[in-house]
Order: sequence, then structure tokens, then C-alpha cells
Amino acid sequence: MTPFTLARPESLEAARRAFAGDAAFLAGGHTLIPAMKSGLRSVETLVDLARVPGLDSIRREGDRLVVGAMARHAAVAASPLVNATIPGLARLAAGIGDPQVRRRGTIGGSIANNDPAADYPAAVLALDAIIETSEGTHAADDFFQGMFATALGDGEIITAVHFRVPHAFAYAKFRHPASRYALAGVAVARFPEGVRVAVTGVAYSVFRWTEAEEALSASLDAELPTLARDDLTSDIHASGEYRAHLARVMLARALAGVRG
Amino acid sequence: MRIRVNGEDREANAPDHRLLVDWLREDLELTGTHVGCTTSQCGACNVMVDGEVVKACTTLLASCAGSEVVTIEGLGTPEALHPMQAAFRAAHGLQCGFCTPGMVMAGIAIARAHGPDVSEATIRHELEGNLCRCTGYQNIVAAIRQGARAMAEAGLLEEPA
Repeated sequence: MTPFTLARPESLEAARRAFAGDAAFLAGGHTLIPAMKSGLRSVETLVDLARVPGLDSIRREGDRLVVGAMARHAAVAASPLVNATIPGLARLAAGIGDPQVRRRGTIGGSIANNDPAADYPAAVLALDAIIETSEGTHAADDFFQGMFATALGDGEIITAVHFRVPHAFAYAKFRHPASRYALAGVAVARFPEGVRVAVTGVAYSVFRWTEAEEALSASLDAELPTLARDDLTSDIHASGEYRAHLARVMLARALAGVRG
Repeated sequence: MRIRVNGEDREANAPDHRLLVDWLREDLELTGTHVGCTTSQCGACNVMVDGEVVKACTTLLASCAGSEVVTIEGLGTPEALHPMQAAFRAAHGLQCGFCTPGMVMAGIAIARAHGPDVSEATIRHELEGNLCRCTGYQNIVAAIRQGARAMAEAGLLEEPA
């Protein structure tokens, strides 16, 4: 690992000040540290957010479930509030990585990284979330901008994710058995005005599956569309065609979880 | 920077990019914690940090300042094994032994989270972050079931070991 200096600020303001030059924020570290160990990433300054107070709270605010950016996957999975409010979100968190990863990985780290096969971005997009940061807010629809790319500016820190509480939400993924990332993952959220569907794992970035949204908003019993895109991921794990097939199967499974 | 390791305060003077596992093995010579994949997959490097079982190969030493770390060496002694260690021996829950320190740590976390009557299915699900290349899972699962019961009998499930 290329040497760096670790800053451990104890306030959001100090964390913003510590971010200077070639720097990165450290949340759970379970993507960043492996990337740095393998030489894919190097920084001069690493700013650890673990000591910034208040970033791991989970609370209800009106029609929103607010999950602090430093909330660990294990904490979201076990949270009575998440389980009572959006149980499908707790189940999603319980399916990320493995137990040791879930004790360290955070929601803020996951969405800031925006891995094209990560689970949380699909939930954030389907649940019409607002991403609260040190600089303001971003709508989920504008936040995810491509492979490992987001609307975050340099030195901008995610502080919380405000999920809109739906009638029902479910996430289904076909996971790679070694990495546990999604080969295809589909999140479905039912709102009063219609259905939102987000897909991860199959393309360069998470996206909304508008054909599925239109069909399912008209009727939950609609015939499921076939995923047609020209940017489907094909790699050693699965062809684009197979991923598209899996997406349709995962859509059917997620849909079963939001009926009734 | 001070870190408590196996009940003893240790002073750490290491660059910020030092990993917890390298410090434990190379500086403290606590080589019971193993380095397998170094990619956060295999769990051979599992240790407890402030009571939580995590992967020491993916933990910065500097992030552990002021923390309490327990490694396999801190669980028991050859004369008085921790109940989970004793269960691994009794159930023959190891073959080559390389993954065993991480498996024992994971087993303790499973027992604490799920209690003495933890099901086989739950154990298998919770072992997703631990790889055994001897494919000895059958006996590892049996060992954790025994170990969880033994920990309860020893009164170890009410408080951190």
C-alpha cells in the first residue's frame, strides 16, 4: 500500500478542512482499503470519518426514513425502526458481503463509491431518496452518474440518506457466490402514484428501468418487459444477455415481495 | 498510540498505512492470526476489535487507536482452552488449521449473536465470510454448535469473552 497520512477529525467541519489535495474519505473501508492494497488507488491523505459524531443515527422524519451515512450494514439490518418502516431495506443490508464486512461497511461509503454491482444504489434510486451532504442535498435521480461516478464534489461528505417510505419495497438479487455482489439486482418500490424500479449489476451504473415502471404502475399483474439496453455488462461472470434474463427474473421475485 | 491487545496495553509506533494484521503478526509476533487472501474474502485474519469480529487485513492499525483487540492467542491457554477452541478440537473442526483462528473468532461471534441453540442453517449463512480450503465445513459447523452450547454453559454468552 502506498503510504498516506491518516486524519481522524472529530467534527464535520474538521473533516472538510482535512480533505486537501490528493485525498479520500474513509468510511467502513471495505472497498477503499482493498483497492489501496492492490494499488488500484493511492492517496496522500485519508480522512477517517469514524470519529465525526452523529453520522450513524437512524430515525424517522415525516414520510422519510433517515439513515446516517456511517450506519453500518449490520446496524441497518438489525434496526427495529428500519425493520418496521422499510423491512426490505433491512433485508438488503443483511445480504451485503458477509458478516465481517457488514460490521464495517457503511451506506454512505457504498453509495459514494457507486460500484456498478453494489446493492444500496438500487434501493436509494427505487426509494426516491434524497442524499444529504455537507454541502446540501442531491436527488437520487441526479446522484448516480456512471461507473464509480456520483454528483459528489471534491471534499463533499455524505451525512445521511433520506428514504421516502413506500407502501412496499423489495429487493432481489442474483449474487455472485464469491464476491456476493449482484450479477443482477432489482429493487421495486410501490408509491401512491406508481412503481419505481431500479436495477444494479447489469450495466455501467445503476439505472431506473422505465419500461418496467410504466407497465407495473398500470398494473402489478402486467406482463414483465424484457430488459433491452445496448450497454449491458458482459464479463467472465456472465454475458449481457444472461444478465438481462436475470434482471427479469429478479424483477419477478422483487415484485412478489411488494404485492398485497 | 495505545492499543489494548489480549488484555495488555501496547504502544504502536507505525506509519498510518500499516494494517492491523501486519502489526499483530510482525511487530507483536502474534502469528496465530493468519493472512490468507488479503482481499477481505477468506476470514483467516478475523480478530475482535472492541468486541466485534472483523477482518484485520482490511483494518488500519491507526483506526484502532484506543481500541481493545483480542486475537486467537487471547482467548484461552493450551491448558484452559476457550470453550469454542475446545469444541473445535472435540469435533475435529479443522484439518490443516490455517483457517481455524478465523473460524473460531467467527464461531464466537455467531454464538454471541444467535445463542446456544443456533441452527445449522444460520451457522452456514454466518460463515459466508470464512473460507476453508480443506472443505472441512461439516465439522466446523458441528464445532460451532457445540461451542455455542459450551459458551452458554460457561456463562460466556452474557458478556464479551
